Amino acid sequence: MNLIRIIGRAGVRLTRNLGSYGLFLMNTLFWTFSSPLKTGRVIEQMSFIGVKSTLIVLLTGAFTGMVLGLQGFYALSKFGGEAMLGPTVALSLIREIGPVISALMVTGRAGSALASEIGIMRITEQIDAYEVMALNPYRYLVVPNLVAAVLCFPLLAALFDVLGIWGGYVVGVKLLGLSPGTYFGEMTVYLSSSDVFHGIYKSLSFGLIVAWICCFKGFFTEYGAKGVSKATTQAVVICSVLILVWDYFITSVSF
Amino acid sequence: MIEILGLHKSFNGNPVLKGVTLTVREGELLALIGRSGIGKSVLLRHIAGLMRPDAGTVKIDGTDIFKLRGRDLVEMRKRFGFLFQGGALFDSLTVYDNVAFPLRERTSLPEAQIKDRVFNELEHMGMKNDWNKYPAELSGGMRKRAALARALVMGPSIMFFDEPTTGLDPIIGQNILDYIHRCHRELEFTAVMVTHEVQKVFGIVQQVAMIHQGEIIVCGSPEAVRQQNDPVFDQFVRGDSKGPVQYI
Repeated sequence: MNLIRIIGRAGVRLTRNLGSYGLFLMNTLFWTFSSPLKTGRVIEQMSFIGVKSTLIVLLTGAFTGMVLGLQGFYALSKFGGEAMLGPTVALSLIREIGPVISALMVTGRAGSALASEIGIMRITEQIDAYEVMALNPYRYLVVPNLVAAVLCFPLLAALFDVLGIWGGYVVGVKLLGLSPGTYFGEMTVYLSSSDVFHGIYKSLSFGLIVAWICCFKGFFTEYGAKGVSKATTQAVVICSVLILVWDYFITSVSF
Repeated sequence: MIEILGLHKSFNGNPVLKGVTLTVREGELLALIGRSGIGKSVLLRHIAGLMRPDAGTVKIDGTDIFKLRGRDLVEMRKRFGFLFQGGALFDSLTVYDNVAFPLRERTSLPEAQIKDRVFNELEHMGMKNDWNKYPAELSGGMRKRAALARALVMGPSIMFFDEPTTGLDPIIGQNILDYIHRCHRELEFTAVMVTHEVQKVFGIVQQVAMIHQGEIIVCGSPEAVRQQNDPVFDQFVRGDSKGPVQYI
């Protein structure tokens, strides 16, 4: 009986939690499309989520491309397919690695900050202050982050891809002696616009996931410093796992 | 008029409010007193509609605030001003922008008029020279005065004060109470003030209510409650460690 009770309680809690996440997203989407955007706040958040994440995305992009160049060259040379290095690096980056790793990087840098900032606003009653001023906190705090993340994630992934392809070029062409024509020439043959769109769709959905989860965790943080730190940690962990799970589903659907 | 009718609230099975019933008449300033952690702020947040009760309701001018939705709720809240315990100033905005915030967002006043009103409020608070400081650069007293300026700048008809003088030195605390008293006389708002400064507020409020163990045990004018000889109220007013309420 006890086991059934425990399972039942866990089930109710899970359903309630999932419902809260769903309602939060619905509310956010409702306020995104039903009221004028706070353009100033969106630009501020684009600067915070996008511009300030550029360096870390460029760095990780370059080194990821260099590793792909090395590993790809090693694997392809086993059967004399070094000429395929360019398409291998580009396809891996554009379809998969670029959107995923850039999203994970931005989650660590900006997502955690979003959760803690909104969490601190909650525990210092700043969110309540919006409400008693008859202002909707979703419009001021959540919607700008969602719009900014959805706009910035594809751009950051594109930067990651470009630097990654350049990193692969440095390793494959400059260090390992592949000709530049082969590296770039084969790329244009095997890469289509659908691959690029595939990466863009992924990035857009990752932007939505990160803004949604991080804002939710901050918005409903528990009280005290411990509550904010718990919310921040949970936000990063849930986002990271969701990005990878969602990545699998979206890849399998479009395969 | 604010009517609080049979308000019940529990947290994780622990009852905090057990059927609180209270009326604040139009233009009246009510002091809500009681021990720390007894549920005064919880009651205040219910009256302002920031929390929902397990049972009971709050009516403002006959309207049940928990039944309001959308535009009606916004219109009701436009009448409110709330001074939070910690000020709740927006960290990312200067003092000036904090006070100007409700004017910019809820009115279509030109920036020149907003500027006049903001500086007028800040001058009353003695903060005219601190307009460009961020909340992190302010002392506790300054933060509270800036928050009070923001709460009053829209000319609310209903005010909520959550411990307006807690953490301030006696002089600044008295200044804030004097200013609240003056604003109350001038603006004639209906107000509820959660406070521990029992003796100091007796001169400025029309009603005092004491909450104890989830219920209102004493309520009436300052003169009337003094004569009720309630042992818990008397101990609280005297600030005596000996009496019916034992902390340790």
